[in-house]
Parts: sequence; structure tokens; C-alpha cells
Amino acid sequence: MPGLGTSVGRGGATTAQQSLADSDAILIMGSSMAEQHPVGYQWVVEARERGCKVIHVDPRFTRTSATADIWVPLRAGSDIVFLGGLIHYVLENEKWFKEYVLHYTNASTILRDDYVDAEDAGGLFSGWDAEKKKYDPETWLYKGSEPKKENGQSLPGHHDAGGGHAKDRGGEAGNTTEFETDDTLQHPRCIFQVLKRHFARYTPEMVERSCGVPQDVFLRVAETYAAASGRSKTGCICYAVGWTQHSTGVQIIRAAAILQLLLGNFGRPGGGILALRGHASIQGSTDIPTLYDILPGYMPMPFFDADSKTFEQYIKQHSTEAGLWTKFEDFMVSFLKAWYGDAATKENQWGFNFLPRVTGDHSELGYWLDMKDGKLEGLFVMGQNPAVGAPNGRLQRKAMANLKWLVVRDLVEIETSTFWKDSPEIERGELRTEDIATEVFLMPAAGPAEKSGSFTNTQRLLQWHNKAVEPPGDARSELWFVYHLGRMFKGRAARERTPKNDALNALTWELPTEGAVAEPSAEAVLAEINGRDLTTGKLLSTFEDLKRDGTTMSGCWIYTGVKPAENRNVANERSAHDALGHGWGFAWPKDTRIIYNRASAAPDGTPWSEEKKFVWWDEEKREWTGKDITDFKKDMPPDHKRDLSKGGLEALDGDKPFGMHPDGRGWLYVNSGLKDGPLPTHFEPLESPVENPLYPQHQSNPPSDKKQRPDNPYASTPHDSRFPFVLTTYRLTEHHTAGGMSRSLSHLSELQPELFAEISLELAELTGVSPNDYVTIVTPRALISARALVTPRMTPLIIQGHQIHQVGLPYHWGWKGIVTGDVANDLLAISQDPNVRIMETKGLVCNLIPGRHPAGHKALDELHELLEERP
Amino acid sequence: MLRDLLSRWPVLQQIRTGSDGTGAESWSERTRNLKPKTAGCEVTRGVCPYCAVGCGQLVYHKDGKLISIEGDPASPISRGHLCPKGSNTHQLHTHPGRLTKVKYRRPHAKDWEDIDLDTAMNMIADRVWDARERTFEETRNGESLMQTTAIAHLGGATLDNEENYLIKKLFSGGLGMVCISNQARI
Ligand code: SF4
Repeated sequence: MPGLGTSVGRGGATTAQQSLADSDAILIMGSSMAEQHPVGYQWVVEARERGCKVIHVDPRFTRTSATADIWVPLRAGSDIVFLGGLIHYVLENEKWFKEYVLHYTNASTILRDDYVDAEDAGGLFSGWDAEKKKYDPETWLYKGSEPKKENGQSLPGHHDAGGGHAKDRGGEAGNTTEFETDDTLQHPRCIFQVLKRHFARYTPEMVERSCGVPQDVFLRVAETYAAASGRSKTGCICYAVGWTQHSTGVQIIRAAAILQLLLGNFGRPGGGILALRGHASIQGSTDIPTLYDILPGYMPMPFFDADSKTFEQYIKQHSTEAGLWTKFEDFMVSFLKAWYGDAATKENQWGFNFLPRVTGDHSELGYWLDMKDGKLEGLFVMGQNPAVGAPNGRLQRKAMANLKWLVVRDLVEIETSTFWKDSPEIERGELRTEDIATEVFLMPAAGPAEKSGSFTNTQRLLQWHNKAVEPPGDARSELWFVYHLGRMFKGRAARERTPKNDALNALTWELPTEGAVAEPSAEAVLAEINGRDLTTGKLLSTFEDLKRDGTTMSGCWIYTGVKPAENRNVANERSAHDALGHGWGFAWPKDTRIIYNRASAAPDGTPWSEEKKFVWWDEEKREWTGKDITDFKKDMPPDHKRDLSKGGLEALDGDKPFGMHPDGRGWLYVNSGLKDGPLPTHFEPLESPVENPLYPQHQSNPPSDKKQRPDNPYASTPHDSRFPFVLTTYRLTEHHTAGGMSRSLSHLSELQPELFAEISLELAELTGVSPNDYVTIVTPRALISARALVTPRMTPLIIQGHQIHQVGLPYHWGWKGIVTGDVANDLLAISQDPNVRIMETKGLVCNLIPGRHPAGHKALDELHELLEERP
Repeated sequence: MLRDLLSRWPVLQQIRTGSDGTGAESWSERTRNLKPKTAGCEVTRGVCPYCAVGCGQLVYHKDGKLISIEGDPASPISRGHLCPKGSNTHQLHTHPGRLTKVKYRRPHAKDWEDIDLDTAMNMIADRVWDARERTFEETRNGESLMQTTAIAHLGGATLDNEENYLIKKLFSGGLGMVCISNQARI
């Protein structure tokens, strides 16, 4: 989320899939869209039929590459060099969209005199604390903006315990309304010049050296994509976890955002960045987060000490002086009213102290290591299969054996629920069933057709699915489970009115139920999420009506408008009346399909061109009009001059489209909110066979966390002779993530019956492997066996004069279901990127040897032997 | 009646329409009366539960049973298409491996046993309550903490927004659990 969030303001795809059809060029990178998002890919195909150029950059030749105009194989983990190369090309060849960059981005803003760029300090920005392995971002602020230091601790957005999601609101660390600019873009410390210098060495030669992409191929990509810019052309970038699951994941997305800002592609039809999410509601589950560091609508959970003393201080820390986050207090008070109802009063700071405080890294990988170390008692797992899906599976499974109790809710008996019985650790004698004291509850869950509710898809669109039939037997929805569990706790808390139970006693927990099993009404929950005016009881239709005086409530302000009246559920409305699908579902915010769309008009409010006409200022009616809801104040004219006293969007000028940011501009340079620097900088993956050609002193991303320990070991880097090849993991069209929803289905199992490793003809020859042979893939964490798929779809690359081979591995298999196979994720390390604590799965090192690994304990003996072999 | 029979006579139809005997003119009575399995079904609108493209689905059901789940042609995103995963949403609901009873594994036990849903709910509530009683911290250094780190939650990206909302509300806002995570990161 913070890649997009800090660049343009919101951590969501900026456009709709249908809008791809209006693109003049589409760059797909870090994704095989045709295979992983096949139905969405029809819009790419349609664009191509209209003359759009499609570029696919990926280590593997896939069906996406087969239908693209250009396929570029690159070395996994070299993405920032490639994108940096494109940025360099655009800057050097004057391909940037001048009016857009000048008015809509922070190119002209001047930086402080004590800011030092990574280019001038061997890969480190100013503010680096080598001992703590972290940055103090104060010198990154704009010249003239005051740092927020009230609490005497780290600047807001940079707390050690942070998980990155709340930092959608980049720019919390300082007051960003007073700063100096140079509209000639010539000042040596203006962002435009800093950017030029930062990317000066990301040349076509460097791309060739680091990515393995020949210069002529790179230049063809650069020319093709850079042409999709200007008044009458737009280009879109599509990415998926091929970008995110890196130790530099957030910065890869930042690099894409910089490119799109320079080319003037945000907020316009056929433009933007389409984040392709892999689960039905992955966007929804960050908007309404089952995450530790945020509250609904990207508001931060209070951190212990740093910003939790008083509500007033918390609000001050996280509000801005201009833009939509000046309304943070309205959103937050309304939210607390939704959770704590009448118990939230002005006197008790709206119940702020009912909220638990974050004291550390409570993310999945963080608490899983605690679990391994025996510090956790109980765990709920709902619709996820970490025994197969999470990195370092051996550690994951052994950790669960240290729990007192585990509750798993799923449609089928997934591996996570039976680690004590039939996991590889039992088979290999590492764990013994009778020694494991964990109590396990496996609860049957309802399927999507057996319950009502909404998913938020990859383009921020909420779509309601309706219950068709009852779930079988004792299967129940999560809504039922959590609601009734909550009733039991409420009952217990009511009998024990101790301070510990204050929050439970205050929590509003009344829902109408229906049917024989007393299923709570999902629509009533949606109404709470939407919000009401508490004085009239009426549902609200826009977040603009939320207030800080306790007279409104809303469980998730960005979703306000999805249920604007008792008899309406916009997520369930199904009459699309235009190409972007207005009339079908609800796109947050305010049913806007392409966000930041004020940028689809020139600064004076007129369309950039007839071809790309989208949203414009109607001088007669004195309002914004066009083909979408305007992501702007409807009656605020283009020549509006900012009025800080008014707050909100009126505190920004009328030509500033990025209203989440306190300066209303798209951020080429992120002045605060990212823990590894204001500009994307290339570092090698945590395990890599090559040296970092740009910053030899810093091989991998300095503040990333390897979580290295005996049960989570790493290869030495660069060059570990035991692990000469690059490994990258991916998904197939026919399976879904860790297989819980696909390996138990006969048709899907038949379509993709067996785990395989995709390797080139050259690698097959080098290792003495024939097609269909079993091979064993080894990393410091584990070994697994797979069939060799020997194919020219994989190709060796020449990096710094050496041939580098890559191995592609789909990760869907486990030991249960109709089709079984070794767990590919056992090979991965648990690691955390500095911003969102994501693991690195898309670029690491491995060995590949012919033959199948032995069964039982001998597999471990073989692993240990292989790890000791060091010539 | 006779006219009708005669007019359906394949030879006559072939002569009249010039068709070649492989089309509708050769249908048997049985074929003529065949209906799609979705005939007479109720239809409700669904959304594909696999990836985030968000393809529209039409869920056909009759007498409380799912009959078929197909692509929704009206969807402005998917225009009726489903990929292999989405096309198998019906089987996802109806395959024989679906769990219908709560399974319980006692400490050190070698196998599952079936237990009642009510019993399971009470047992789970007891365990949460007990762990929370022992580990909950109201304050630290005199400051509000209201937190327990002994219980964790995982999952959400496959669930409904309303479900995620209640999970976060109860676990975090009510019980003070902070170890809450799902599949989403960036
Ligand atoms: S049908 Fe396929 S492409 Fe469409 S949402 Fe489902 S999984 Fe995604």
C-alpha cells in the first residue's frame, strides 16, 4: 500500500480494469496477467486490438508474453534498475509531460540543504543510523517544513513498530504546507534536479549489466512506453506480487509511480497503475484491515508511548494542515462512535483508551517467530493456509506445535489444521504426534454462495454476493462465528465489570439475525461501515458529512456512500450504464472509478485533449463534470486559491489533483513515510548471485530485516557456490494460492496435477536433467522435489559477463487434497522489507540437482550434506 | 395435430428448408424437450471468490440446492467470462471433501473426533477468555495499553468486508488482541 499511497495518496489501484482498453501502451511487469488475472486480461487484449502496444517484462515467457508486442526477460530482483532506466530515459530525452509535471507533481519543490542523496553517499540517504539500522527522516523534509516532534520520539510515520499500511498518508512527519518551489525546475536542490542526479547512472548500459536486457531491447521498450504520454496519449502499468514480494517491494512500486507522474498518466483514462491483487478481497482486507497497524480507512492504530498519551496528541500527530487528512479527526471520532456507541463521549476522548496499543511488530511473520519461541498461546486462522502458503514452511509448521490451541476455519481439511498428524515434519521424525500438546479446532466454513457480503476487487470496487443456499451441516460464515463468539464475550464481560473489560462492555454488538441458525445480517454490518447521522438516524451518503463532535458515526469512512439509504445497497446494484461500470457496485471513494481524475483536465480545467477528455470544469454550471464522479471538490474552480483556515480540499489550490497529500501534488519524491528512503534505489535481493553494481558497499536494502537465525538461515551473498541459480516462485491459472480452494477440486486438479520446476534447455544440459525427470531444488532452508519442465520459455541471461540461470517454481502444492506435492514455500526465508514487512519470494538463490530427494529422515540428512558441501 | 406431426417429419423439413439432416430437423422428441439444468432455477448474483478481478457470477439454485454457477454476461468487468477457477465455483461448494462437522483434536491425540458446534464455541470462548485473563495488560508505566499479545489471528483476504470488520472490531476493539494479520501487505 505505501508504494502507491506515499506517491499519490491512496494505497489502491488508481484505475479500473476496463479503462485499460483506452491505453496507448501497457507495461505489465511483476505479473503474468493473462494467467493470474485472465478475465481482466481481456481489456489488455481489447486495447491491443485498438492499437495499444503491450510490453511484458518478466523472467518467464508466459501467455502474457505470447500476446504482448514485446517480451523482455529480466533477472528476478533487478526491477528498480529497469524502471530507473526508464525514468532516466524519460528525463534525459525530454519525454516528460511538462505541464502535468510542473502543476501536478512536487518536481519544483526545494529540499533542505542537509539532505544527502544515496547517489552522493554510496547508497545511503542522510539520516542513517548504522547501529539501529534505520533512518531518521528529518533531513528528507521539504525546505521550510517544520518536523513534528511533539512527543520527543520518532517522527510520525516512522515508528519502529510500524507496519506500513497507515503510511498511505505519506508526509505526516512535517508540516508540508510551507515550502519553497522553483517553477523553472533549475534550482540544484529542487526535486526535479535531485531526481535527475539520482537516476543518472541508471543508463541502458547499467540495465544491460544488471537486468540482462540488451540495450537495443531496452531502448525499444523505453521509446514505446514513453510515447504513451502527453495531452492525447496515456499508458498504464500493471503489477502484482512479482513486484511486491521483494525486500525492495515498496520502492519498485514507487519507481513505477515516478514514471507515471513524469509521463502525466495518473487520473486519466487508459493511465494510472493497476495493482493486480490475488485474492477476492485483498484490497478490502486492507481497507477494512485484519492487520495490526491500522484501523479501517487507513487510520493508524495508536502506538504505545509515541502517539497514545492523549487523543488530542494522536490526532495532531496524524493530521495534516491541508488536504483530506485535515479531516482525520472527523473520520476518527465517527469511527470510535461506530465501535463504542454511547460509551464514546467527549469526556472519555471518544473511547480512545479502549483501543489496544501497538507495542511492536505484531505482523504475521513477527508473531510467528514469537510462536516458534513459545510466546503465543492461541491462534485463529480463517481462510488462509500458512502451512503451505507462508515462507519457511518448516519453521511455520513447527511453530504451531508450540501453541496451546489453534482454531482453523475453512471449507476443507487444509494442511494447517493437520500439521500434528501428517506434515513433512512428522514424516521425517522432527515432530512426534504424541509429543504435540496443541489442541486443534477445525471449524467448517460457509462458501461464498452460502452467505451474503461484499468483496472489494482489485479496482477498489465493492460487489455484493447474495446468499443462495444454506451452508451444509455445521458450516457457518465467519460473520456468524465472530458475531456469536462476541455475544459470549459480551455476556462474560457484563458479569465482570472490571477495567479490563471496559472495551468489551462499551463495544456496540447488536445485529439483527435471520433464519434457523441466527445468521447476523451482513447488510446491517454494511450500514455500520457506511455510517449514520446520529441526530436523525439517517444513513450518510458521503464522508464529507462526517463530523468531529460525536453526531455522526462511520465504521470505515472511505466506504461511506455504499449504503446511502435503508433500501439501497449500492454494492448490490447491477445496472452498469457506461464502460467504467457506473451503476454496478460501488468504487471507493464516492463511487469514483478513476481516482485523482482532476488530473484528466489541464490546470485551467479544460480537457487535455478530445481523445482523453474525461473530467472537466463546466464554467457555466460552475462545477466539475464528465464521465466519472470527480475526485475533487465539485464546486471548487480551477483557479481557486488555497485557504488554509478552511481545511480539506479548500486548503489546496484548484489545480492540485492529489488531495490526500498536504500539498495536493503527486510525489516524485516522498518526504516522509518510507523507511528506506525518499527515492527508489537499487539493492540486490537478500540472496543474490551478483554484486550490486550501483552501490557495492550496500549489497541489499540497508534497513530490511533478514530475521536470520538458526531455523531461518541464509545463503551468503553475493556468490554462494552452493546456490548458483536464481529462484522465483509464481502461480498458475488453474490453482489458487496455497491450494485450499483448488487442490480439493477434481477438475482443477486434473488440469494441473503436479508440481514442476520450469528450467531452460541450457540449465537442463548443465545439470544433466531430461524433460519430466525428477529434480531436487535446494536452499539453505529446505529441499523439495519436482518434475523438470524443460522449456525455451526460460532463458539464461548474461549478467556482468556471467551466464545466470533462473528456476521458476509454482507454489500451490501440499500434502493434502486430490493432487499433492512438496511445499515450494519451504524453500523461502522469512524476511521483512522495511516498509510493510513483506517477505522476499520473487528473487533468491537455489541449487538444482537431478533426482528425487529420499523420504523420511533421510531427506534431512541429504539437506545437511548439501549445505555442508562448500568447495 | 397431424399437420404438426407431418411438418416435423425430417424429410419434409429438409425439402422445405434445404437443410442437410443434421440440424434441428433431426431432433427426437426427447431432444426437443431437453432443458438446460438451470431451467426453473432461482438465480442470485454472486462474485467469483478466487482472484481480485471480481468476475460476476450467476448462482442457479433450486429447492435449496446449488445447481450451477456461471459467468454473468451483464458484468462490466468480466462480460460473462470466468477462468478455470471461477468456472469451478459450483464444485467448490458441492465437492465431497467439504467439512460439515467440527473436528477436534485433544492434546497429544493421534486423531480427530467430531464435536458439536455449540460445544466447540464454548470451548473456544473459554480458551480465549482464560488466555486473556492471564495475559491482558491494562497499563504499562502508567499509560493505557489494553492489550494482549498471547492470542493471534490470521486471515481475511478471502473473507467478506463485513466479516473483516467484525473480526477487527471484536478481536482488536473488544478483546485487545494486537497480533492480527492477513495475506495483504502492499
Ligand atoms: S473467474 Fe478467474 S479471473 Fe475471474 S475473478 Fe475468478 S479467478 Fe479471477
